[in-house]
Amino acid sequence: MAEVAPNARFDPEEAAATRRHFWSRFLVYAVLTLFAVVYLVPLLVVIFNSLREQSEIARNGLISVPRSFRFDAWAQAWGSYCVSGTCEGMKRNFFNSLAMTIPATIISTILGAMNGYILSKWRFRGSELIFNLMLLGVFMPGQISLMPWAFLLGKLGLTNSTYGLVLIHVVQGISFTTLFCRNFYVSIPDDLIKAARIDGAGFWRIFRKIILPLSPPILIVTVIWQFTGIWNEYLFGVVFTSGQQQPITAALVALTAGGTTARAYDVMSAAVLIGALPPLLIYLFGGKYFVRGLTQGAIK
Amino acid sequence: MSALMIRNLHKSYGSLEILAGINLEAKTGEFVALVGPSGCGKSTLLAMIAGLETVTSGEIWIGDRLVNSVRPKDRDIAMVFQSYALYPTMTVRQNITFGMESRGVPKAAQAEAVQRVAALLQIEQLLKRKPGQLSGGQRQRVAMGRALVRDPKLFLFDEPLSNLDAKLRVDMRTEIKKLHHRVGKTTVYVTHDQVEAMTLASRIAVMNQGSVQQFDTPKRIYDRPTNMFVAGFMGSPAMNFIPARLTGSTSISVRAADGSDASLALAAPMSAGAPKDVVLGIRPEHIYRFTTDLKSRKPAVASMQAPVELVEPTGAETLAVLRLGDLEITGRFEPDDAPVMGETITLGIDMSRACLFDPTTKALL
Amino acid sequence: MSTHDLIVPAAAAAARPWRERLGTMVPILVLAPSIAASFIYVFVFTFWTLYISLSNSSLLPTYGFVGLDNYASLWANRRWNIAYTNLFLFSGFYIVGSMAVGLLLAIAIDQRVRGEAVWRTIFLYPLAVSFIVTGTVWSWLYNPVDGIQAFVRGLGWTDFSFALTANRNTAIYAVIITGIWQSSGFAMALFLAGLRSVDPDLVKAAQIDGASVFRTYRRVILPTIAPIFLAVAVIQIQFAIKTFDLVAALTRGGPGVSTTFPAIYVYDLMFQRGQIGEGAAAAMMMLAAVAVVLVPYSLWIVWRRRAEGRNG
Ligand SMILES: Nc1ncnc2c1ncn2[C@@H]1O[C@H](COP(=O)(O)OP(=O)(O)OP(=O)(O)O)[C@@H](O)[C@H]1O
Ligand SMILES: [Mg+2]
Repeated sequence: MAEVAPNARFDPEEAAATRRHFWSRFLVYAVLTLFAVVYLVPLLVVIFNSLREQSEIARNGLISVPRSFRFDAWAQAWGSYCVSGTCEGMKRNFFNSLAMTIPATIISTILGAMNGYILSKWRFRGSELIFNLMLLGVFMPGQISLMPWAFLLGKLGLTNSTYGLVLIHVVQGISFTTLFCRNFYVSIPDDLIKAARIDGAGFWRIFRKIILPLSPPILIVTVIWQFTGIWNEYLFGVVFTSGQQQPITAALVALTAGGTTARAYDVMSAAVLIGALPPLLIYLFGGKYFVRGLTQGAIK
Repeated sequence: MSALMIRNLHKSYGSLEILAGINLEAKTGEFVALVGPSGCGKSTLLAMIAGLETVTSGEIWIGDRLVNSVRPKDRDIAMVFQSYALYPTMTVRQNITFGMESRGVPKAAQAEAVQRVAALLQIEQLLKRKPGQLSGGQRQRVAMGRALVRDPKLFLFDEPLSNLDAKLRVDMRTEIKKLHHRVGKTTVYVTHDQVEAMTLASRIAVMNQGSVQQFDTPKRIYDRPTNMFVAGFMGSPAMNFIPARLTGSTSISVRAADGSDASLALAAPMSAGAPKDVVLGIRPEHIYRFTTDLKSRKPAVASMQAPVELVEPTGAETLAVLRLGDLEITGRFEPDDAPVMGETITLGIDMSRACLFDPTTKALL
Repeated sequence: MSTHDLIVPAAAAAARPWRERLGTMVPILVLAPSIAASFIYVFVFTFWTLYISLSNSSLLPTYGFVGLDNYASLWANRRWNIAYTNLFLFSGFYIVGSMAVGLLLAIAIDQRVRGEAVWRTIFLYPLAVSFIVTGTVWSWLYNPVDGIQAFVRGLGWTDFSFALTANRNTAIYAVIITGIWQSSGFAMALFLAGLRSVDPDLVKAAQIDGASVFRTYRRVILPTIAPIFLAVAVIQIQFAIKTFDLVAALTRGGPGVSTTFPAIYVYDLMFQRGQIGEGAAAAMMMLAAVAVVLVPYSLWIVWRRRAEGRNG
């Protein structure tokens, strides 16, 4: 039997407060848990199914506790699964996507940083107008540019090539990267630039020695935004490339488009994960900085 | 020879005129303060001297060189900013050497210069830190160090102390004064703190709405302000302005608290062309409690009655708000001799220190 | 404030050595390629497509002028009308839905919960994956034979029915739910950052004034982050209008034409049916939808800036 401390008084207010506190905490965690389940189930389903045997999936359905475990589906999806005649899996498309995403991300980020630097710190008559022009690019639906791009890529001999997609993504991306960088750079005090100019630094030196060292937060945002955006893009990939030249998103759609009967869920799951992995990894490592930087730079 | 000469300088942004014909000059080694209310164009003027803003028209001479289109780095100037503008990603040492690096000064000479300046400002122990790890006063010192290390012809300060707390500001003010004595460089110093201007400067330029109202020694600015703006801006509490009528060439009358007119004798006769209506300007410290002893010490004292509305002791002195017609004026008294609230006292106004202004042109008569 | 005026008085410029004058041109030279690219992308491309939409192009662009014929035949088409209606239906539910879920999650996380980083990562990760991946996986989950319906029935609730994508009338809601799932984490992140930026003294003052938690949010905190609501909404509308991938992977426009979207329709006209002129007209209509959202928003931004300029 618990001993009651001699001078512990019963405080009805305190009991009520504790109860209130408990229920409000309970509600918060209940909401979070519920949504966390909804958010995690699809991911877990795909991961499990990529490791289960197809026969088990067919027997027990997509959503069930895994009873078998193997990596065959991954190997198939990567190297040997057959899509419309060719049996090379996704690896070629994976490398296509890398070859498209990495250069386009780097080029558009460098251009955006330079543009943002000029449009915030070296303004001239008409620079606001130019900024607004670039801003419009953010809002253009890709469908508007399909026909012109088809014509231009044809003229440049870049149809059905990764270089063509790099070009498209760089031109499209400049708007975003310039917007992000400019909005970030305007918050760097102008006095800093003035001081540097009195110290004898010019355009490039100020950029290298003062602006760039302050830029990591926004460059992380820009790189993550561009990398995930370009990697995940589908419309241009499916319109301007075909077969072996396709980026992974287009290949995924081709791979999963098979008939509804006897679908190879194990291989498709592995393929989906292969397609999702690079941006997911980038988010896991950089997500924290992404959100922080985005609210510093983009949303103003 | 003057170290800085500004002739009829104009600055406009489009149709918006910011500076309207500035004339200014600083002799070699002189300390010139620019004061004026917020937005009057002080920082703009300083930025133009530094070459950070273009000149719309007029001339800026540094030494014997017309610098209108010389780049900032070639003007042989150094500048301290209100926000300090320390490069946040560099250490204190790198901040100080950045300019020399840009100019290609050899490493050994850089190190020596840093050492000299750090010793001068007592920031040796801070050299490895980043600006984010410094206190406000330390940042201020580093900013000055960065300017000093240049050994320029001309120092420009833009409100360098306004981000410091009151006590630190007084300390740094003293240090800047000592420093100026030691290095003897020509300095242009922007502030809107008139005490700073009075204590530091050999000459003060009072600016308002893009033009210089008066450019003179602190004493003359304080004692003989050329117009009511300068008179009201310099001095705290501000100069009292009392509407008055000229009743002869040597006397004026003002409305007393009870509605009657009190006549005050002027210390010097007015010229014949003066307007009938004038404004009497009198600083709080030239208002006394009237005694015969005062009259014998200061023969120009004129007396009148005034009730005391409010008393504000500040320690070193006591301020009293006095009623005069429908006007309130402030007087500054010795704490031991201060009036009490509700009392009606006989004021002694030292008319030899009074200024008379024309109420329409606001100019000193 | 500009730190540097590139426009120097002509006389002074002439006196300068050419190297120095070149120096002042560097920013413009560096900017030039981007200006050219943006100009072509924004104006040339738009007018080009506009021009094609007024021509009789079919398999290849040709330039016989037919006026508004393409627009007329577009709007006469039942499938296009469904697509445009779907766009508005989807946009409305998607934006309100993801903002509501995002706000709920942001407020929950803002209650000083344990393991904040873990929760945040869970809600944010869908943003990293493509609509293609999301659409593919959810199309499996919606599949009545293999997905959620089968799972729940397997648990014993044998007449449970969850087959949104199999039914013409409900398929659009499958698209909406999936869209919300994908992007409410993004709204959550922005809202959370906004909530964190609110001056804590404001919240304390409200508490002392006796406001309940709910009231504090509704009257004090949320109004101060109102601009974030608008920003989130505009970004989401962007996604909504351009959405091609999600539908392409989730329902491919079906069943029938019930989940056709303008983006899908443009693609079909241009590349499946060889009606380039009409496809361009449909693309122009998408641009019009963007403009309907964007023009008022940018006017509002300009107005707010002016107002701030007047007060500050
Ligand atoms: N780029 C610009 N375009 C238009 N007006 C400007 C610009 N820069 C400054 N101004 C205006 O010029 C005026 C003078 O500005 P300045 O910064 O020189 O004032 P200040 O005297 O230094 O004020 P403070 O004491 O507040 O620092 C202000 O009214 C300001 O609004
Ligand atoms: Mg200023």
